[in-house]
Amino acid sequence: MAKGEFLTIIGPNGAGKTTLLKILSTLMKLSAGEGKVVGFSLKQEEENLRRKIGMLSHYTFLYQNLTAYENLKFYGSLYDVKNIEREIKRVIQEVDLENRLHDTVRTFSRGMKQRVSIARCIIHNPLLLLLDEPYTGLDRWSGKRFTNILKRFHQEGKTIIMTTHNLSSSLELSDRIVILSSGKIVYEQREVAKIELKELERLYP
Amino acid sequence: MWLIIRKDLTLELRTKEILSSMFIFTLLVMVIFNFSFQGEKTDIKRLSSGILWVAFTFAGVLGLSRSFIFEKNEHCLDGLLLSPIDRGSIYLGKMLANLIFMLIVEAIIFPVFAVFFDFDILYLIPQLIPIFFLSTLGFAAVGTLLSAISVNTRTREIMLPLLLFPVMVPVIISAVRSTANILKGGPFAETVSWLKLLIAFDAIFLVISFLSFDFVMEE
Repeated sequence: MAKGEFLTIIGPNGAGKTTLLKILSTLMKLSAGEGKVVGFSLKQEEENLRRKIGMLSHYTFLYQNLTAYENLKFYGSLYDVKNIEREIKRVIQEVDLENRLHDTVRTFSRGMKQRVSIARCIIHNPLLLLLDEPYTGLDRWSGKRFTNILKRFHQEGKTIIMTTHNLSSSLELSDRIVILSSGKIVYEQREVAKIELKELERLYP
Repeated sequence: MWLIIRKDLTLELRTKEILSSMFIFTLLVMVIFNFSFQGEKTDIKRLSSGILWVAFTFAGVLGLSRSFIFEKNEHCLDGLLLSPIDRGSIYLGKMLANLIFMLIVEAIIFPVFAVFFDFDILYLIPQLIPIFFLSTLGFAAVGTLLSAISVNTRTREIMLPLLLFPVMVPVIISAVRSTANILKGGPFAETVSWLKLLIAFDAIFLVISFLSFDFVMEE
């Protein structure tokens, strides 16, 4: 992948999308072969690699009985973020939740939790964002808001890999779209601007 | 490690889920046994050490199983594993937090036990502290690892005690026998061999659990 590229991976359940992201994020180990992510070896340099990536899935990884501030401070401290108060302020502004910073996550809607989760995954300024079906459980309005946040990150130059079943967001956000099936790439389109939603729906019904 | 301990303590202060369930359980055990043996002072004094460690052991299992439930919800454990901290630090943080919770319950319940079973504990406490600490440390060391294994199973409430109790036999026997010796006013020297066993157990299983945690967490 090129730096700053937005790659979307589409595929049916069981295609291997989540497995791929888990391997790239070191949540799962490679059973064979070797790989490098943002310049670090998947097998030998796991801790260094984890410093440079942020992952978001349909699970938020947030402690429900802590406030948004406490969650961000905890995760920021795990990543040894300098000037953490300033960084918390920055990321919470990115996701438009300043007025809820000191409320417990348990009181948040699904869309708000997902926004705090994205704040969590960017607090340490990762080079690569891994998004595993991030639109799961979001209503149309929250999904639109989420898409706008991702567009901003893309414009800032972040490299992003997203797996999703949301075809319209894929077209709106991506530089490249790949369809995965049974662990293999069965379709790849680098000129996303040239394809329409109908064609994508035909390829991935 | 300290971040994880602080996080767990903050969560527990806010929810009081772990401490309240452990405390209520141990109190219930004390009350039931007290009423069961009421009037039979000789018998109850002989059995008191066993009663105490039954309460602590089962309360400890309750506490251990709940500690990883926090992490299981919303896959927070994955959030920890995605961070650049050493996996062993995650284990140590959870283990020390579990140890603190168990020691808090023991510190509160032991005076209640002394009142129910008519022990004069003031002069006994300095001799009991190393027994309580070393036994609870061994329990937390092994229990934290096995709790991390069992939390992903469907029958986690049964799986944890099934895995834990066979391994904990040396700790439980040492704890019961050494506590019984102290409570009956026996010489501390008779307790030393049990303490040595506890120290050896704690050292071995702390190292094994610390080194194994990474493999246990591997998907």
